[in-house]
Amino acid sequence: MKHYSVFAVAREALRQHTGWDRAWAKAEPKKKYDVIIVGAGGHGLATAYYLGKNHGIRNVAILEKGWLGGGNTGRNTTIIRSNYLQDPSAAIYEKSRSLYETLSQDLNYNIMFSPRGVMMLAQTQHEIRGYQRTAHANGLQGVETAFIGPDKVKELCPIINISGPRYPVLGALWQPRGGTARHDAVAWGYARACSAMGMDIIQQCEVTGIRRDAGKVVGVDTTKGPIDCDKLALVTAGHIGVMANMAGFRLPVESLALQALVSEPIKPVMDVVVMANTVHGYMSQSDKGEMVIGGGTDGFNNYTQRGSFHHIEETVRALVETFPMISRLKMLRQWGGIVDMTGDRSPILSKTPVEGIFVNCGWGTGGFKAIPGSGWAMAELMAKGASPLTEEFSMWRFREGKFIDESVAAGVAH
Amino acid sequence: MSTRLAEGGRLIDRSQAVKFTFNGKHFKGFAGDTLASALLANDQMMVGRSFKYHRPRGVVAAGAEEPNALVNLGKGGTFEPNQRATTTEVFDGLAATSQNHWPSLEFDVGAINTYLARFLPAGFYYKMFIHPRPFWKYIYEPFIRQSAGLGKAPKDRDADTYEHFHAFVDVLVIGGGIAGLAAAREAGRAGARVMLIEQTADWGGRAVVDGVKLGGKDAGVWVKDTLQELETMPNVDLRRRTMGAGVYDHGYVLAYERLRDHVPEMDGPRHRLWRIRARRTITATGAIERPLSFAGNDVPGVLLASAVRDYLVNFGVSVGDRTVVVTNNDDAYRTALALHSHGLIVPAIVDARPQGGGELAAAAKAAGIRVANGMAVAVVKGGKRVTGVTLCLQAGEGAPLEEIACDCVAMSGGWSPVVHLWSHCGGKLSWDDDQAMFRPDAGRPPTGADGAPMVIAAGTANGHLATAGAVADGWAAGLAAAKAAGHAGKTGTAPKGEDAAAAAPLPVWLMPQGASYAKRSKAWLDFQNDVKVSDVQLAAQEGFESVEHAKRYTTLGMATDQGKLSNINGLATLSNALNVTIPQVGTTTFRPPYTPISMGAIAGVARDALFQPVRKTPIHDWHEANGADFEPVGQWRRPYAFPRKGESVHDAVMREVKNTRTNVGLLDASTLGKLVVTGPDAGRFLDMLYTNMISTLPVGKCRYGLMCNENGFLIDDGVVARIDEQTWLCHTTTGGAERIHGHMEDWLQCEWWDWKVYVANVTEQFAQIGVVGPKARDVLESLGGMDLSKEALPFMQWADGKIGEFDARVYRISFSGELSYEVAVPASQGRAFWDALLKAGEAHGIMPYGTECLHIMRAEKGFIMIGDETDGTVIPQDLNLGWAISKKKDDYLGKRAQERSHMTDPNRWKLVGLETLDGSVIPDGAYAIGDGVNANGQRNTQGRVTSTYFSPTLGKGIAMGLVLNGPDRMGEVIEFTKGKDVTVKARIVDQVFYDKAGEKQNA
Ligand SMILES: Cc1cc2nc3c(=O)[nH]c(=O)nc-3n(C[C@H](O)[C@H](O)[C@H](O)COP(=O)(O)OP(=O)(O)OC[C@H]3O[C@@H](n4cnc5c(N)ncnc54)[C@H](O)[C@@H]3O)c2cc1C
Repeated sequence: MKHYSVFAVAREALRQHTGWDRAWAKAEPKKKYDVIIVGAGGHGLATAYYLGKNHGIRNVAILEKGWLGGGNTGRNTTIIRSNYLQDPSAAIYEKSRSLYETLSQDLNYNIMFSPRGVMMLAQTQHEIRGYQRTAHANGLQGVETAFIGPDKVKELCPIINISGPRYPVLGALWQPRGGTARHDAVAWGYARACSAMGMDIIQQCEVTGIRRDAGKVVGVDTTKGPIDCDKLALVTAGHIGVMANMAGFRLPVESLALQALVSEPIKPVMDVVVMANTVHGYMSQSDKGEMVIGGGTDGFNNYTQRGSFHHIEETVRALVETFPMISRLKMLRQWGGIVDMTGDRSPILSKTPVEGIFVNCGWGTGGFKAIPGSGWAMAELMAKGASPLTEEFSMWRFREGKFIDESVAAGVAH
Repeated sequence: MSTRLAEGGRLIDRSQAVKFTFNGKHFKGFAGDTLASALLANDQMMVGRSFKYHRPRGVVAAGAEEPNALVNLGKGGTFEPNQRATTTEVFDGLAATSQNHWPSLEFDVGAINTYLARFLPAGFYYKMFIHPRPFWKYIYEPFIRQSAGLGKAPKDRDADTYEHFHAFVDVLVIGGGIAGLAAAREAGRAGARVMLIEQTADWGGRAVVDGVKLGGKDAGVWVKDTLQELETMPNVDLRRRTMGAGVYDHGYVLAYERLRDHVPEMDGPRHRLWRIRARRTITATGAIERPLSFAGNDVPGVLLASAVRDYLVNFGVSVGDRTVVVTNNDDAYRTALALHSHGLIVPAIVDARPQGGGELAAAAKAAGIRVANGMAVAVVKGGKRVTGVTLCLQAGEGAPLEEIACDCVAMSGGWSPVVHLWSHCGGKLSWDDDQAMFRPDAGRPPTGADGAPMVIAAGTANGHLATAGAVADGWAAGLAAAKAAGHAGKTGTAPKGEDAAAAAPLPVWLMPQGASYAKRSKAWLDFQNDVKVSDVQLAAQEGFESVEHAKRYTTLGMATDQGKLSNINGLATLSNALNVTIPQVGTTTFRPPYTPISMGAIAGVARDALFQPVRKTPIHDWHEANGADFEPVGQWRRPYAFPRKGESVHDAVMREVKNTRTNVGLLDASTLGKLVVTGPDAGRFLDMLYTNMISTLPVGKCRYGLMCNENGFLIDDGVVARIDEQTWLCHTTTGGAERIHGHMEDWLQCEWWDWKVYVANVTEQFAQIGVVGPKARDVLESLGGMDLSKEALPFMQWADGKIGEFDARVYRISFSGELSYEVAVPASQGRAFWDALLKAGEAHGIMPYGTECLHIMRAEKGFIMIGDETDGTVIPQDLNLGWAISKKKDDYLGKRAQERSHMTDPNRWKLVGLETLDGSVIPDGAYAIGDGVNANGQRNTQGRVTSTYFSPTLGKGIAMGLVLNGPDRMGEVIEFTKGKDVTVKARIVDQVFYDKAGEKQNA
């Protein structure tokens, strides 16, 4: 693998860039691998990477039905934060965030991690109390956050309307080292590093069946033929239910469309990420200059990767209210991804009823931020049989009622 | 130079001059001009700078596909960046400035990037800026952000308004060219309700520019006749300046009407967003011409051949005096002929096809225009504007054969049908080898709710590039759509179009075919984002083989035109690099909107105070008039407290608590949810919904009930009153009313649909007022009426009657621990009743109180609050509410879940009271610290505070919290977080701080 650097670029510039290799090798399936990972999204690729890097397991294939990074990894709004409430969540998201800090250097690929800060606005008394609680929890979890007042909100993000007539901004939970990264680069960077370790990334290769023998996995059927393996990781996000069905068990996951949109690019006006949960919208500005906007999921199960317009409307309405200046910007493009939602809105990183099969799913609307941490933890689980980071995320927690609920607080005051 | 001709221009009104400015320079145009045509008429060739290399950019197209001519428009509250000059109609006083340069358009420091271009190929930033680590955030990224972006950000509040309209039609026709007009007319004749929309200000599309013949008539005449007929049809709605933005599932189409962009002085909304439900949608959206990829194709003065023709015919503008036409198809000959007929010079038509063109080519030759077959442009000369072209053989590597001086190049690489709307909702495409284009695959259309095709592509948009086919196809589409929508009235016959016999186009994806790297790295695919042929080839070389990878790696097609000009050329380049066919590479996904639409239009009227409905109780006005400090609770705004002049909110709350505890307080509790549940099976239903037994509650009595979800978690609570044999009234939390109503309906409609139960949300039918405090009874009795004595109406009972003049339903329930009556009166009497109570209470020291006082009093009394003590993870058992869970019932929602191992774990966090040792208030959200750290290095915890207040009644901080095995640890002292490394000690105590025996509420 050619090392990337400014010098390499300069050298290549002098010979018309003819010397650049493929970022990842083209691969056809071998007969058998130690580990097969289904789904070359961020989570699948990161799982492979850390299997190789941390545990020396390199006879690995990553199978992707489309193009790598083409699922939610390439469709998300790239918010990275770890200011979660519950201990198990904070642990894995903070692990992830801290891995993001050095990921460009680790992968020798500029994934453009930009720790510009993330704020979650409090616009009701109830929200204030909720975020104060999170700040207290984060303090004990080793996650750097603070509850800040409206003046500080305005100072950090001058385009916010803090005194809207309907929901004035009362404060915010602020994570200064949260931010964004370039989503495609995360997938490509991991893919390149996996390929460099000798792993096979096989695109246009859909898994169509899972072969088992005596309760144990022995391989998969694919559109490129059968492939054997000792261990199998299912990391297919919105299509995890389909995979579980192939493996003969069920998962408490629903597939819903989550949409996002961007404006036309403008010169920089916003240097933080803002999430406004009372009104349901969030926004940041990409390095290209587009305002990147997202909101809530559609209300019905769906596999189409497109959603209904009224959700876009709701989101834009919320953000025009929060950032009046965007009223005269234009929506350039909207799209959707199919997110995998569990009952408690937390992921599943787990062994399964079938020996040798592992699942990594349920990241739902917020798993981009978790890619490095999830890969790290999943690799440990697969290599060693257990990981403190995945301990609480087993699929059996639903049977026990041991939820890790991040969507706390259903009710509002009397 | 580019100039206005003395004559011609079918769309401009030369009698109406308009003045406008560009970068402060004063220009003149005519009514009917676009900003682009008016700029060209004033010889303003250069209009902007490209995104990455800051290259000089000129107008290249004449419509929505324009990637270059983007300007800042307006000032202050009407300022708007990234406006496309080609779709902006000029008006008097228009002020535009160019974008993405510093310090000026002519001299831009950023243009240095063009000299560094070879160091900045596709994807360079993934390979650089990796070290040292902090530099990305602090140095590289800010620099990149500053040089990216296009227009400036608006600063002021938008001065305009927007609105939404809904339409329900049989047939929606998108596109007012000849195919769309023919379709709309036939559908209209058949009797269907038709809406025909056209994105520009004019009908007729390309045919009228090209002057083709229809039914023996000039296209212009045919269009006029057709419009006349359409205008007389009452079932047809015609709208110009209305763009079909997106097609969604179930025949839902979004359209974007620009009402006032061209007449800013007019009153009314600026944009209108149409939400259209159409039985069938016809996309007659035409086609877009493709550029050709030759070196220097981005120099200002190189335009699409059709655009050169548009400016000439529509606006009387000649882009250049000497125009070289370069093409791979017959259509561009029309441009040459039009220029020639206007007396302009066409030094040569460079036709890449060795055999040349058909009838139009013959006409050009006959007119004396030189036609060079099998030739190509080797390179365009000029920097800020074209000065000439060098010709070479298309088949070769670009050895220069001759140079031709010219100031305009009109290029045509063929046409691509506009298939966006067809594709938005799943319509598939097929590759047409003969015409070298993707076209809708009629066999794989987007389907609607009925499983039938919901979109019909028509005309050029359906791949019929010639007049005859296009108009006949439009006619057939109109008929088919009307029929599918159930209309089969009498219709006419297909109009007949006439075409010159054309020679086949030759796919030319690179010019010349064997162009060197030097040429390929100067041959632009995406003009705005600066993506060149060499970039796509590099992407392929590096393994970005999927069209989506190549797009993302190079940013091809990601500019504000979303690749309308670049996509097909880009993927053809990719397919060549990969040595596979174009259909094997496939297209990227088409996503709405077709062209960008304003956020303001999407938000519509929902702004400021109208952002969300404000729900008001019948007493709201009194609260406002009396200085209430409001807090939003759901869509309600409830008084938090009633501070008096000079009093702080905190002091007001303290006063309200004290007064209610000693005298009497008044609470507007109208926002509490009130759901009437009635029917023969209502009791059985409520037994399933609540954890308590509700069916056995005697008429006239009240019971505090708990509701859980299937996971066993507490979701709502409230007092249930039995009204009669079959009827219960369920109180919910303020925020819970709609949610719980939905929850009930969900179970009734999906699971127990055969149960006879009816639920009505009557929250707003009543004003409900809490009269609370030791003197509550005195106040009510002083109004006269029903017997409210302890004996007649004991605690947890209700009664109907009269209080004074008012029809009242009185509940003796208490959320404060005081003697308390909650009185419901019809909403219309609410305000009068409130006033009467205030008056009657004067003598007893009555004062209204807000939500914060309510919270403190319930916390003093140890009552839980949904959303404080619960958070979606708490079961009633955690809150010591086991007494409210019926042991007699076989089942209720949540019962099974509460039997799961984690729920029955003896070591759970349970509710207790907390008292700080120093009397201070534990901060909101504080956690109780445990010993040591967990496996992930996080500090262990053993509980958390759920409600915490300063109690004016007790004169110290009190709290409730969930603590590990709390009720077994009375008296123990534990530590809560207070700030960074600061803690506060608190003792575990009983959660009831006030009137443990309950004497007061029972009084
Ligand atoms: C609009 C949107 C906005 C979002 N915003 C954020 C955000 O701001 N911050 C954040 O942290 N998260 C966000 N998310 C969530 C985040 O994108 C996802 O949680 C994350 O990317 C999931 O990664 P993944 O690798 O699990 O799944 P994916 O990236 O979806 O990868 C799964 C892969 O599996 C492949 N696959 C499926 N079935 C098969 C099969 N049978 N055989 C082979 N391959 C198969 C798919 O093709 C796909 O490539 C957002 C999501 C969306 C949709």
